[in-house]
Amino acid sequence: MSIVSKEYRTISQIAGPLVFVEKTEPVGYNELATVTMPDGTQKRGQVLDTSDKYVVIQVFEGTSGIEKAAGVRFLGETMRMPVSQDMLGRILNGAGDPIDGGPAITPEDRLDINGAAINPWARAEPKEFIQTGISTIDGMNTLVRGQKLPIFSGSGLPHNDIALQIARQAKVRGSNEEFAVVFAAMGITAEEAQYFMADFERTGALKRAVVFMNLADDPAIERIITPRLALTTAEYLAFELNMHVLVILTDITNYCEALRQIGAAREEVPGRRGYPGYMYTDLASLYERAGRIKGKSGSITQIPILTMPGDDITHPIPDLTGYITEGQIVASRELNRAGISPPINVGASLSRLMNAGIGPGLTREDHKAVSDQCYAAYAEGRDLRGLVAIVGKDALSERDRKFLEFADAFENRFVRQGSDEDREIETTLDIAWDLLAAIPENQLSRIDRKYIEKYHPAHRKSA
Amino acid sequence: MAKQGEIHRVAGPVVTAVGISPRMYDVMQVGQEGLMGEVIKIAGDKTVIQVYEETSGLKPGEKVVDTGQPLVAELGPGLLGSVYDGIQRPLPVLMSSMGNFIKRGVSAAGLDHKKKWAFEPTAKKGDEVSPGSILGTVKEAYMVHKIMVPYGVSGKIEQLNDGSFTVDETIGVIGGKNVKMMQNWPVRSGRPFGKKLLPDIPLLTGQRVLDTMFPIPKGGTGAIPGAFGTGKTVTQQQLAKWSDAEIVVYIGCGERGNEMTEVLATFPELEDPKTGEPLMQRTVLIANTSNMPVAARECSVYTGMTIAEYYRDMGYNVSLMADSTSRWAEAMREISSRLEEMPGEEGYPAYLSARLSEFYERAGRVQNPNGTMGSVSVVGAVSPPGGDLSEPVTQNTLRIVRVFWALDSKLRERRHFPAINWLTSYSLYTSNLDAWYRANVAQDFPALRNWAMEVLQKESELQEIVQLVGSDALPDEQKMTLEIARMIREIFLQQNAYHKVDTYCPLNRQYTYMKLIKKFSELANKAVENDVAVDAIVGLPVRNRLAKSKFEDTIDHELEEIAKEMPIQFETLGEKK
Repeated sequence: MSIVSKEYRTISQIAGPLVFVEKTEPVGYNELATVTMPDGTQKRGQVLDTSDKYVVIQVFEGTSGIEKAAGVRFLGETMRMPVSQDMLGRILNGAGDPIDGGPAITPEDRLDINGAAINPWARAEPKEFIQTGISTIDGMNTLVRGQKLPIFSGSGLPHNDIALQIARQAKVRGSNEEFAVVFAAMGITAEEAQYFMADFERTGALKRAVVFMNLADDPAIERIITPRLALTTAEYLAFELNMHVLVILTDITNYCEALRQIGAAREEVPGRRGYPGYMYTDLASLYERAGRIKGKSGSITQIPILTMPGDDITHPIPDLTGYITEGQIVASRELNRAGISPPINVGASLSRLMNAGIGPGLTREDHKAVSDQCYAAYAEGRDLRGLVAIVGKDALSERDRKFLEFADAFENRFVRQGSDEDREIETTLDIAWDLLAAIPENQLSRIDRKYIEKYHPAHRKSA
Repeated sequence: MAKQGEIHRVAGPVVTAVGISPRMYDVMQVGQEGLMGEVIKIAGDKTVIQVYEETSGLKPGEKVVDTGQPLVAELGPGLLGSVYDGIQRPLPVLMSSMGNFIKRGVSAAGLDHKKKWAFEPTAKKGDEVSPGSILGTVKEAYMVHKIMVPYGVSGKIEQLNDGSFTVDETIGVIGGKNVKMMQNWPVRSGRPFGKKLLPDIPLLTGQRVLDTMFPIPKGGTGAIPGAFGTGKTVTQQQLAKWSDAEIVVYIGCGERGNEMTEVLATFPELEDPKTGEPLMQRTVLIANTSNMPVAARECSVYTGMTIAEYYRDMGYNVSLMADSTSRWAEAMREISSRLEEMPGEEGYPAYLSARLSEFYERAGRVQNPNGTMGSVSVVGAVSPPGGDLSEPVTQNTLRIVRVFWALDSKLRERRHFPAINWLTSYSLYTSNLDAWYRANVAQDFPALRNWAMEVLQKESELQEIVQLVGSDALPDEQKMTLEIARMIREIFLQQNAYHKVDTYCPLNRQYTYMKLIKKFSELANKAVENDVAVDAIVGLPVRNRLAKSKFEDTIDHELEEIAKEMPIQFETLGEKK
């Protein structure tokens, strides 16, 4: 199509990632454009604003090198992603071109990268328990198929290890359905990327993965499209090829920075901390592409990773994310310092879809009660630590001391586990019971009597 | 008066057109595909339109057609049980016409225009009627749908037919005008009513912390602000499921898709506790998820409110839940910033406060022109960024609403659900409602509530001391107060929405629980005076039994037993000593 379209040499302004073109024929909103430099190199962009006076193009590869004499062509269509089953095992750059030296992808279809909203009526309820083998997730913040569960982390925390462990161990028990991993890196360092790649290769996951790489030194604006390419691929694999797809997006913080950069270049009225007012809607257009659809056997489960600037959970990026995703896994600097790995703070973490995915027939009948009890006891124990710091352990009542000890044991035995330790859900729950057994039975107010009689170690032994 | 113009500029959901001069808020068909939009600004020869559908590919020069009327909701039989998007397009219809994903350029009527409904007139030929008068009834699921005289029609009934009709067919003639069952109403204007009444009947929800501690009346307004994950949605869903309103309108405004799915999957399975019929058949759901077009999100609360008012006009009590009004406010902000308007606080438009108060003012218990009494109660969830209650949406909401259920992330972390903070929440309606509680539950109900609040208040004071010196340093009497407060918190305030027995607690049972805890407290204080150890009192089996009773199938019988058992067990304490 680019052959027939007209080339314009009417660039009037270049500002940050944006190019303003004048006196064009009508150009569609969101249409794709190419900018050709006098030396023949080409850059791609997308129309952000169109009127009969001028058109604003956001250039993905950055505007460096573009001059007013450059030519601009509009391609007459919105950005599309060529997709095919052969993409599995391939490594692509942030703009979707292969960088692994392999052949070009022969498309089976070309899909609009912006996707479309799933009709809420067409969605199927996510309720298949995914066993990640990590106790703090399975036991306390259960992940289910079709969920979007981000990891809120901070710089220097091992969020990548958590994501990799999930990618390695995640399975739906008793099923052998086809699964795939779509991995989108946005602005992470080459070193971090290596780390992911090495692990994918070591475990053989690469065969079943599609990798999109936008590294720290790649154009920032490209980060706007990288996750969209990844999700378009994921949708194809999930809803056309019926696979269960796990999408890992890292790092959403870099994505949001790119969004802010464009907003600033367009001189938009900024929202909180300079991020654009439409960031919620924009993030929703990514996260909401997770889910299941009635009558389709595939699913998309998303694990976005974001580093909270200054470990501040009220920062707009984690804040808006938390309002869209179905919970969050929060990595804790405190636990990390104490050498407890994976350092997941269960108190601040949450899985909103947990209740749909647990219970008899799914995990075990006592799951909910046990996790509620652990939460309550752990929170109480942690509060007591503050008190102990002031008055010392001796001033505590017998009851309080039990809770304090529970909190310590919980971190050491339940939270702490090896990076290759794949715990079955029963193991996770049994560890929890062993820990809860240290608390007087009449204090286990969250658990039905019948479960205590069936699962409490004291009763198990006597039975 | 040109009826057709052309696109001048496209920037996201905001389209500017020239060559057309429509009225404000007229609905426009934009572009070759006829995307639906609404006029939100007129400046010189330019008309600014917010488009409810995705605008990718739209070009300057494409046509824009004025429909000449504002956005209206179709009101008539068939609303109940429906699932709509923000502009009243039924989602199941959209799915059958365009598949699993929402594409654009598809219009769908709010009501089924083919279905026939059996109309039974209650008015007679020759009756003098005016707008709002009831002409007859239609059985809609198990509800009685009253067909009312539409606005703009009045006079003598010249003809009124009995039989089966579609919503478009003429059922009669009034004052020379043909009348059908369906009426249209512009969603942005409130439907008229006779007069507002004082809201003095509680909206019962079966949630102990709400009904007893912070009640909302029928026709009242309430807000649930809280950081993410504190349980706003669960609380709202509990209200939708269990409140004793006849009709529920639930607006998922900028909601999560999967959460909407949960609502869609659970509501049809739930039984109405009063009639045993599926709950869905007295519910209207509006689902405009966060990734659906932002302009339709802005509109969804008005669509929902109009439907709620329509049922109010028939004399029903309607409860409307909006989850979340913050998303609605953000939609306003997003559109406003695309219009390059001068922003107010935190980028929200300066008219934020006016829009919020207009919306909540549409709530109320009213006397209808047709003599019936109906109400719309509104509960809006607010999602303050970072849990910061000083942000504009929360603040503007709190100035209007009279019930505040403060969700607390500290409580959530210890899995105290519903995580409604008993110290910061309030209901300004309690004094209006006390007379009702006295007459319908028990004389001492308000006194019991005050007693419980006092204990909790005292607990928070004592906690400060405990933080400094540890609980062992307190005298036994104060230790007992802490234990009683713990009982109020754990037994009464905590309620498990997912437990089949505990999820709903009728008001008289709430009263019994209060009464038993108070009784326990009195006996315990007496025992403490007699030097019985606090641990021994707390260790009484009856205390544990009371705590577990809320999960028992035979709960009411269990409570009777506990009431009998309690004084006996306390007596044994005295003996042991």
